[in-house]
Amino acid sequence: MAQDDHSSAEIAAADSSHAAHDSAVSPGTAVIAADAFENPGFPPHRPRVTDEDPKREKRAQRTVYTLFYLSILGSVWAIAAYMLFPMESNNVGDVRLNNMFIGLGATLALFGIGFGAVHWAKAIMTDVELADERHPIGGSPETQAAAAQVFADADRESGFTRRAAIRNSLIGALLVFPLPAVVLFRGFAPQDQIPVELLSHTMWKKGTRLALDPSGTPIKAADVTIGSAFHVIPEGLTELEHGKLEEKAKAAVLLMRLNPEELNELPERESWSYEGIVAYSKICTHVGCPVALYEQHTHHLLCPCHQSQFDVANHCEVIFGPAKRPLPQLPIAVDDEGYLIAQSDFTEPVGPSFWERH
Amino acid sequence: MSTAPSATAPQKRSFTAAASVYVNERTSVAGFVKELGRKAFPDHWSFLLGEVALFAFVVVLISGTFLTFFFQASMAEVHYDGSYVPLKGVEMSVAMASTLDISFDIRGGLFVRQMHHWGALLFVAAIGLHMLRIFFTGAFRKPRELNWVIGFILFILAMAEGFTGYSLPDDLLSGNGLRIIDGMVKGIPLIGTWTSFLLFGGEFPGTQIVGRLYTLHILLLPALVVALVALHLVFVVVHKHTQYAGPGKTQQNAVGPPILPIYAAKAGGFFFIVFGVLALIASMFTINPIWNYGPYDPSPVSAGTQPDWYIGFADGALRLIPPGWEFVWLDRTWSFNILVPLIVLGGFIVTVLIYPFIEAWVKGDKREHHIADRPRNAPTRTAIGAAGVTFYAGLWAAASSDILATHFWLTMEGVIHALQATVIIGPFIAYFITKRVCIALQKKDREIVLHGYESGRIVKLPGGEFIEVHQPLDEYERWRLVSFESYEPLMIRPNARGKITVGQRIRASFSRWFFEDRIAPVSKGELEAGHDGHH
Repeated sequence: MAQDDHSSAEIAAADSSHAAHDSAVSPGTAVIAADAFENPGFPPHRPRVTDEDPKREKRAQRTVYTLFYLSILGSVWAIAAYMLFPMESNNVGDVRLNNMFIGLGATLALFGIGFGAVHWAKAIMTDVELADERHPIGGSPETQAAAAQVFADADRESGFTRRAAIRNSLIGALLVFPLPAVVLFRGFAPQDQIPVELLSHTMWKKGTRLALDPSGTPIKAADVTIGSAFHVIPEGLTELEHGKLEEKAKAAVLLMRLNPEELNELPERESWSYEGIVAYSKICTHVGCPVALYEQHTHHLLCPCHQSQFDVANHCEVIFGPAKRPLPQLPIAVDDEGYLIAQSDFTEPVGPSFWERH
Repeated sequence: MSTAPSATAPQKRSFTAAASVYVNERTSVAGFVKELGRKAFPDHWSFLLGEVALFAFVVVLISGTFLTFFFQASMAEVHYDGSYVPLKGVEMSVAMASTLDISFDIRGGLFVRQMHHWGALLFVAAIGLHMLRIFFTGAFRKPRELNWVIGFILFILAMAEGFTGYSLPDDLLSGNGLRIIDGMVKGIPLIGTWTSFLLFGGEFPGTQIVGRLYTLHILLLPALVVALVALHLVFVVVHKHTQYAGPGKTQQNAVGPPILPIYAAKAGGFFFIVFGVLALIASMFTINPIWNYGPYDPSPVSAGTQPDWYIGFADGALRLIPPGWEFVWLDRTWSFNILVPLIVLGGFIVTVLIYPFIEAWVKGDKREHHIADRPRNAPTRTAIGAAGVTFYAGLWAAASSDILATHFWLTMEGVIHALQATVIIGPFIAYFITKRVCIALQKKDREIVLHGYESGRIVKLPGGEFIEVHQPLDEYERWRLVSFESYEPLMIRPNARGKITVGQRIRASFSRWFFEDRIAPVSKGELEAGHDGHH
């Protein structure tokens, strides 16, 4: 082993614990054994096969330059693939080929350089190991004293400690000056809106027809057979110029028809359904995912995000999972043409809980 | 490898030498080369994990820069008119449409996009493994505690980078991810509602969020990551790398091949290998096929949705909360089903962050440590690490609770209850098993030092008895097994005023917990006492 600054004898002589320049430092509860073993110093250097066998060295050389040439080949391949595999045909298969052949060429180009360089380093470059001396990270006591002196001088010359009135007023100014920047963040959302009001209302109002999601076709009560479920949006949502997604994120509804005997309705909500047809908010009361999975047999709704389960037969109360509140129910009725309509907006905010909700 | 030559070089100078002189006389780079060029860099396979993280980050930077030339972070609605037929005419945001264009209308675009995404996954994974290596070998001890903190912040930033990037295409899957974030933010007491309102620029989803995340994703967060990576590496140079115990290696030296040429060639080559692995994966394996998900719409969601792997632990924590943890009090809604995961994860993160300071306080050891521990030689720390890993893994698995249930034909409820138990009881089991295994391995090491290793040579004694000959260790092998730090439990002593402080008592109980069943390294005397050794 070639060493620049230390012979193995020197290293073996130095105590292997922390002794040398650390003796003044507390070892805490570490046990410093009196008859611990001593560091035997570096083991004898073991030559590699390429050091001893010129043939193997030649072979390693060949391997390295072959890898570098393969890399060039890979780069050329990737460029050729760019031209040979166009993808303007509206055909997904061509995209796949383009992706794969450009990628494989690039892979070969990169691997050739990478493995070539590593092999060069491991098999051919002179196998030296050096031992650097470590110095205490804090520097020498003189350096530390000099640094402390710099601060002391600066303090004396500026009067930072002595002139307390100046210093404290500066600290005060520095604490206050970011506050205007904080105020600017109010502009992140429209100035004329209050979130609680927005969260408390949806697009539904008295007489809004229930329409199919995403087509927007109104739904007739007669078309809702027992056991079926519909994804519903308010009629008119699809024609909105602005805020379509924001309204949909609150107004999405699931419509289901159960056998009226299986439906266990709260007394005050008996007028909210129509012949076993019930409408519930589709937005999970946990963190707002769409509660999109309906199990017809058990009347359970499942949120695919965090597995909250709601029982439609029992006014959508939570039967499992992290959600607490039942899904809000949309009171529905039928208009004189036989279409399902909302009796009103939801009677409580839909979606995830928020601080001001009560 | 030419180091910068001095000004009085021979008359006939090569071009490289002349160029070096030219540069040096304008930059003083010679001092830098002299200082760093031949530094010894300790070598071990486990030291590669940090390099994988660094190199994956470089690949992400390169591929990400390419993507910025094509991606448009706008949520304006357009009707898709690109090459992907099934989505033709579908209304979607410009962000989604431009991501589809990168995938289907720009040759090699999908390749770069996939390399970017795979690279990001590898980046976070490599940081995680690198942190585990640092933790289990005690490489966070003085003087490296602050670098642990920097590295930990990088881990958090990497996850933030990942999440913001994941959300940019504005597809159905990432939109649902944002919806979950929105729901979580709203559940935070006092500030939640307004925070969500300001974050999304109005009501969810609004038309702002993609642009805002884009600014974070390509400007603020990368700048922070680059700055902290640079600082992290400056500290590696200042501290010099740790090394494992071995003959000739001491607390006062750093042993390894020199930076120029061997380390540079190996690390440089390794960068290309990491780059190549990502290119290979990107060319063969689809990731985040947003064209299958479609544009974001608040109404549909597909079953079995999952976030990128590194967000899994947070999503899992949300799933494991039992029903009913929310109530109205003082006319306000307290969503403990959201607060508890936030607090528990926050507590977990802070504990990991400050662990080096806790251990330093318990040990009271003020010396510098440059020899990395073998995990078995710090049994309590290793066991704590195993407990932490089990806790994390339980939360992580919970993010796939529905997939586990459908895949293994289990009930959804059963999987959740099993994982709740895993997260709470699992860490204790992992702790005790790991600690026992470590101590057993230490005892095995002692036995090998005292009696040698089994040679496989069976000898028949004159009395007909068979024994296996044990081969004593040579001094180099022995050194690896006996050169480790060993700590005793703290003895409580009254301080100068004759009092035993509460802090002292707490420290003593921690110290007992850490070191009461310590196994000391074999000493010379014990070996000389030979086979009568006690153990």
